[in-house]
Amino acid sequence: MNNVQKNRLKDQLFKFWGIGCTLIGLVLLVVFIGGILIDGLSRIDWAFITDLPSRKAEKSGIWTPLMGSIWILVLTAIISFPISVAAGVYLEEYSKKNRLSALLEINISNLAGVPSIIYGLLGLEVFVRIMNLGASVLAGALTLSLLILPIIIVATREAIKAVPSSIRDASYALGASKWQTIWNQVLPASSGGILTGVILALSRAVGETAPLIVVGALAYVPFAPQGPLDQFSVLPIQIFNWISRPQQGFIDNAAAAIIILLLITFIMNGIAVYFRNKWQKKLQ
Amino acid sequence: MRKIKEFVIEKSLFSSALITVAVTVGIILVLAIEAFSFFKEVSIFDFFTDTQWTPLFTKKHYGILPLISGTLLTTFIAISVALPIGLSISIYLSEYAPRSFRKTIKPLLELLAAVPSVVYGFFALVVVTPYLQQFMPNLSGFNSLSAGIVMGIMIIPFVSSLSEDALFAVPKALREASYGMGATRLQTAFKVVVPAASSGIIVSIILAISRAIGETMIVAIAAGQQPRLTFDPTVPVETITAYIVQVSLGDVQHGSLEYRTIFAAGITLFALTFLLNTISFQIRKKFRQKYE
Amino acid sequence: MSDLMPEKIEDAKIEAPIVEKYKLHTKDVNVFYGDFQAIKDVSMNIKPRSITAFIGPSGCGKSTFLRLFNRMNDYIEDFKMEGKIKIDDKNIYKDKIQLEQLRKEVGMVFQKPNPFPKSIFENVAYGLKIQGINDKKLITDRVEKALKQADLWNEVKDNLNKSALTLSGGQQQRLCIARTLAVEPSIILMDEPTSALDPISTAKIEELIHHLKADYTIIIVTHNMQQAARISDYTAFFYMGELIEFDKTKKIFTNPEKKRTENYITGRFG
Repeated sequence: MNNVQKNRLKDQLFKFWGIGCTLIGLVLLVVFIGGILIDGLSRIDWAFITDLPSRKAEKSGIWTPLMGSIWILVLTAIISFPISVAAGVYLEEYSKKNRLSALLEINISNLAGVPSIIYGLLGLEVFVRIMNLGASVLAGALTLSLLILPIIIVATREAIKAVPSSIRDASYALGASKWQTIWNQVLPASSGGILTGVILALSRAVGETAPLIVVGALAYVPFAPQGPLDQFSVLPIQIFNWISRPQQGFIDNAAAAIIILLLITFIMNGIAVYFRNKWQKKLQ
Repeated sequence: MRKIKEFVIEKSLFSSALITVAVTVGIILVLAIEAFSFFKEVSIFDFFTDTQWTPLFTKKHYGILPLISGTLLTTFIAISVALPIGLSISIYLSEYAPRSFRKTIKPLLELLAAVPSVVYGFFALVVVTPYLQQFMPNLSGFNSLSAGIVMGIMIIPFVSSLSEDALFAVPKALREASYGMGATRLQTAFKVVVPAASSGIIVSIILAISRAIGETMIVAIAAGQQPRLTFDPTVPVETITAYIVQVSLGDVQHGSLEYRTIFAAGITLFALTFLLNTISFQIRKKFRQKYE
Repeated sequence: MSDLMPEKIEDAKIEAPIVEKYKLHTKDVNVFYGDFQAIKDVSMNIKPRSITAFIGPSGCGKSTFLRLFNRMNDYIEDFKMEGKIKIDDKNIYKDKIQLEQLRKEVGMVFQKPNPFPKSIFENVAYGLKIQGINDKKLITDRVEKALKQADLWNEVKDNLNKSALTLSGGQQQRLCIARTLAVEPSIILMDEPTSALDPISTAKIEELIHHLKADYTIIIVTHNMQQAARISDYTAFFYMGELIEFDKTKKIFTNPEKKRTENYITGRFG
């Protein structure tokens, strides 16, 4: 075999290795999820959704953590959306290139890399203790809002950047002010991209466990929260709690709850991808 | 009137942007204040040299080293999984794969990162450990090996996605020059494209490491809660993050020394990831200048 | 019309003894990108140790056609080629031919200088190293020889370890030519090699191309008709994927057979 043939062989081998690597993660994911479906699917029925938690595995349901997750989702969306989109708009449309904007930039990039559990510590001190909200849904939602702030800001900026400047010029040429241009032209044109970012960030918030544990969300809550200052649990914490128990019945419960959690996560991701594709087509 | 409205809007947008700074300041203050109280009672020297971490026992030791070693061990295992696979994926996708394949596979890969980490923890504890125990009878029920491997799978898209962006940004002209001289795609990838994209690839690796260091649920579920200074992947260990979870789940009095340990652990974690993020930000800034 | 552009009737005559007479021979070549036909039925013969220029308006297919000779289009998705291209009487689109071997034989210089972000030395040695040549002495000798051939040696001999990106645009392009020469090809394809350069650098490259003719078969795509007229022996005029006219350069520029060629040459469109 001469050198050329050897090199071609190596080239081909790497190609198959590359395909293998690309597929292995996905294959493992499918295997894992398949296993979970086998463990958990038979456990899911209407009662599993609507039952309150119980000491007995077969009587336990996910009603309280499911409601807790929904509360968290809604509150987090309400809190984080206006702040982060406003920040994104400011950074992309108003901020001039100076030391302050450079600082904001570095800061956001750093925040995106701060481990989620650190946000938990922040929430524990500021929201739970200092603001005296206790281990409430509101404290949890505030904590997660800060966590996803950088994600939505970055997505907003990307979406605004993708809006062609000709749209702005056209609006200015008609005598519109800066804010009128942003509100009537830039934001509508970038809404698809912003929405995608928001949904992806919220899907991450729904799956977060650690910061909420630190904030003090409980593994066992007898009733679903009625207001923002009530105690709460969320699906991932319930799953974590069930995984930590030795009995097989609770493992099956965990698997069943994971199916519900993954369903929520994947649906949110699907919606996000749908919006992104629609938006990208519209931009072109 | 219009001017006032514009002014008010700009200022309120600006204050939203300032909130991000407040978050950073808040994090640093909270960690620093609580950690400061902690170090009033525990010497910082002991903290970094004592080889035992037993704040919840009667005989208390406050050496962070076992938690750091647990964190580094799981991170190391995760990176050993994610780096070769993630890099191979990025090279395959940018240099070999047909465009249509690339377009379908990328969102699917990113799904790996979208799965909540508590779910990965379940895989590690309930699926991977029992499976590995078939070949490794000595493997404990809680160990850093399974946790690390599963965490590696989770961060594959962090490595592959960012690296692929970097590889893809390498000008086509360089590839053509290499092909034009009779180089194979593999030679072109490793001798021309990867070196040209090296800074972007390094950034992706650093961010993946930072992500692995801060990962919590997988290790809290599958790696155990036994802080020990070891690099043996088959025994239970405890990471910084897992310790914080452990304390948070228990009944620890606010203001007690035990309570403050989680902030001392937290500031160590924050410092580690902050360092890595800053390095990657600097590299990225340099790298951006190079291509523009 | 000369034998450079064989008609269908002449097939038998061309198939047989082209080895000595022609270095490169194409027959009924069609190229498609999906539904778009980029090249239509092009047949031509190119003589060894000659300079052939491809001219024509942008999008006429001249670059696409050039890139067929080292199969540079292969990595483009939905690319399809029909017809025959022979180099030294070997069909280069036969499956058995090895792409890497072909590209060693047929070097290429690109529109924009594209040195690798490595040292000057590493750039020129690249082609040898990927062939698996490890002999340091051999590599050093070949690098020196190639740089001398490309008229760059005197300018860089003291700085061989400096990054290639520190060179000026014209030097970079000569480095790219040296890089190609180091592999010792017999054909050099040049895709508008001076379009990104200033007039002085362009003149240097043109002079270099003229020298190289003694040892190499050179095919050059150019936008610049004066350049084609200055340096080439033969000129081929492409229009909308078709080869309109191919003849001695002198003839093309003084007395073209086709009206369209004349219109283009005289600047009536393009």
